[in-house]
Amino acid sequence: MATVSLEGVSKTYPNGVRAVSGLDLEIADGEFMVLVGPSGCGKTTALRMVAGLEEISEGTIRVGDRVVNELSPRERDVAMVFQNYALYPHMTVAENIGFALRLAKMPKGEVRSKVEEAAAILGLTEHLDRKPSQLSGGQRQRVAMGRAIVREPAVFLMDEPLSNLDAKLRVQMRTEIARIQRRVNVATIYVTHDQTEAMTMGDRVAVLSAGTLQQCDVPQSLYDRPANLFVAAFIGSPAMNLYEGILSDGADSVRLGEQCLSLPPGLTSLEAWRGSPVVVGVRPENLHDAAGQGEPAPGRALEGDVELVEALGSERLVHFRLEASRLHGVGVAGGAGSERDAADLGRGELGAAAASVGVARVEPTSSIRGGERARFAVDVERLHLFDPSSGQAIGRH
Amino acid sequence: MTGRLRMRVVVRETGFYLGVLVVIAIALFPFYWILRTSLESDGQVAAGVGGKNGLLPSHLTLSSYVNDFTQQHFLTPLVNSIVVALATTFVTIIVATLAGYALARLNIRGAGAILGFVLLAGFFPVLAMIGPLFLLLKDLGMLNSIYPLIVIYLVYTLPISTWLLRNFFAQIPRELEEAALVDGATRLQALVKVVAPVAVPGVFTAAILSFILAWNDFAFAVSFLETPSHFTAPLSIVTFGQSQFQVFYNRIDAAVVIISVPIAALVLILQRRIVSGLTAGSFR
Ligand SMILES: Nc1ncnc2c1ncn2[C@@H]1O[C@H](COP(=O)(O)OP(=O)(O)OP(=O)(O)O)[C@@H](O)[C@H]1O
Ligand SMILES: [Mg+2]
Repeated sequence: MATVSLEGVSKTYPNGVRAVSGLDLEIADGEFMVLVGPSGCGKTTALRMVAGLEEISEGTIRVGDRVVNELSPRERDVAMVFQNYALYPHMTVAENIGFALRLAKMPKGEVRSKVEEAAAILGLTEHLDRKPSQLSGGQRQRVAMGRAIVREPAVFLMDEPLSNLDAKLRVQMRTEIARIQRRVNVATIYVTHDQTEAMTMGDRVAVLSAGTLQQCDVPQSLYDRPANLFVAAFIGSPAMNLYEGILSDGADSVRLGEQCLSLPPGLTSLEAWRGSPVVVGVRPENLHDAAGQGEPAPGRALEGDVELVEALGSERLVHFRLEASRLHGVGVAGGAGSERDAADLGRGELGAAAASVGVARVEPTSSIRGGERARFAVDVERLHLFDPSSGQAIGRH
Repeated sequence: MTGRLRMRVVVRETGFYLGVLVVIAIALFPFYWILRTSLESDGQVAAGVGGKNGLLPSHLTLSSYVNDFTQQHFLTPLVNSIVVALATTFVTIIVATLAGYALARLNIRGAGAILGFVLLAGFFPVLAMIGPLFLLLKDLGMLNSIYPLIVIYLVYTLPISTWLLRNFFAQIPRELEEAALVDGATRLQALVKVVAPVAVPGVFTAAILSFILAWNDFAFAVSFLETPSHFTAPLSIVTFGQSQFQVFYNRIDAAVVIISVPIAALVLILQRRIVSGLTAGSFR
């Protein structure tokens, strides 16, 4: 039972790679913190530093009020589920789960009852005598989980425990892990690159890019108020549509090519961008088929050429093209602009999201068809604006 | 259609196994010949040196085996060999495991150079070692003793075993022992309880190699041992068949069979442990 805090934590590998830089994170007791970001952004590295498996180059990590920087893994009282499980191949499931307890010299009977309890929670009771090689992927994953939960540690660390399961099992295990975490109520850092996992499981979500923390907030805020272009593009599926636009001189509307969207009143501190380019973000779910709703007010609609419609049953995804200029060359990584990797990564991702193509998520009853020109009603209250040079969100209320 | 396909498979499989059979026959024939000769009597050998007695032995007898132990006192050299080989293997495994682990896992500066150097020592020519070692042992008053042999064999078993085990440890994913560390193990506990059991196939391979090397050595033994009671088995065999008029190959071959049995048994027993897939199921 403890809080975990990271203060200005950085990691530079001997080969010069700066995998994590200046990470500040505070995980409350019992909190489920999700660390999310694209591959190679330093999630595993951050987790390994907390576990004590990787030396900390700069900064301080505390568990409770203890600085653990110099402590070995066994002194830190953390339990970790590895990205690739790392089960002990020569031990049975029961021995795997009970290994930590046996090392701690717990009496045999007590070990057995704890192992059985954990196995029951994870549905592994019938498999206790098997070796890992005789288990399915999902069962192995649960053994890895079991090894962590028998221990009642101060901190749980989980590194993409679900990433190799099939979709159905993943959804099932997602709720199961969340349930187990509630039950043992231990500060947890859960790493994933899957934003659905991040949004559904986390009490709070920390978005990492190129070793730098982009934003840390509750999932809904992350979605509603992304702090910068990276978070905007990363959170949400399909991704937010991003266009390059020009803010009007009165800062009350924004022009996308030939079209114009009015901005809601109350946006603050937009002065610096009057008459200048800004990045406009609109989520697919904030675009509706205008045909169903009567003529939208001027400044609340966008027209585009429909290229493709995907019917998903519960909704339709309309892929369309705007005459707005394509967004490119934005330093998404914000503060980490000096890192070439970071900038490239961000650019690559935005390049895809910010072409003049866009996606709208419309009602399944919509009659929009590919090859036609369609008109979308826009929830302008939910537009997002970003500074094209820094990538930071602007005009937020 | 399927019938013809079946035919082709059958023909191909038959061909394959015939080929295997030929190779095995060629490989095992010398050993068969040794076994056959060892079961002949002195008289048979005298009559039919050079295979004149035919491919199959006409009359089987264990007389040469009995003779080896009663007349030639083969038991002492056999025990000597067992002591030397087991001691060499034991020391090799302990030292090579620790050294191999250190070279594979700890961030030792110049680990590659150390490994190369260690390996180089193992390639040092035996004949170049014998002269200096003889003088050394003589000055130390340790000639005609089997114990210095253990140290000398280590010069050859340690490099190859260290190298082999280092590669084995390097193949075992780091996460396995890291999981143990997080579970509360010390480094030594992680090595003993997790890494070593997983590396068992490598440990057995090194053990077999070391045992065989020590068991089979002739060059060092013949150079440093003087009296028959201190001989190792391979050395003592040479003295067996000696008679003024003829060589009793049956006695030599009986001894060869005897010293081959432990090796064959060792390999057969341990090879089941040397299966691949050592971390099967441990990772996804
Ligand atoms: N031992 C190491 N030595 C040098 N560089 C490393 C080492 N481990 C990781 N890196 C580098 O550090 C960066 C971050 O790696 P890390 O494994 O933390 O990424 P990740 O976010 O966990 O990615 P993934 O989602 O693919 O698991 C990468 O650029 C990687 O190449
Ligand atoms: Mg990772």
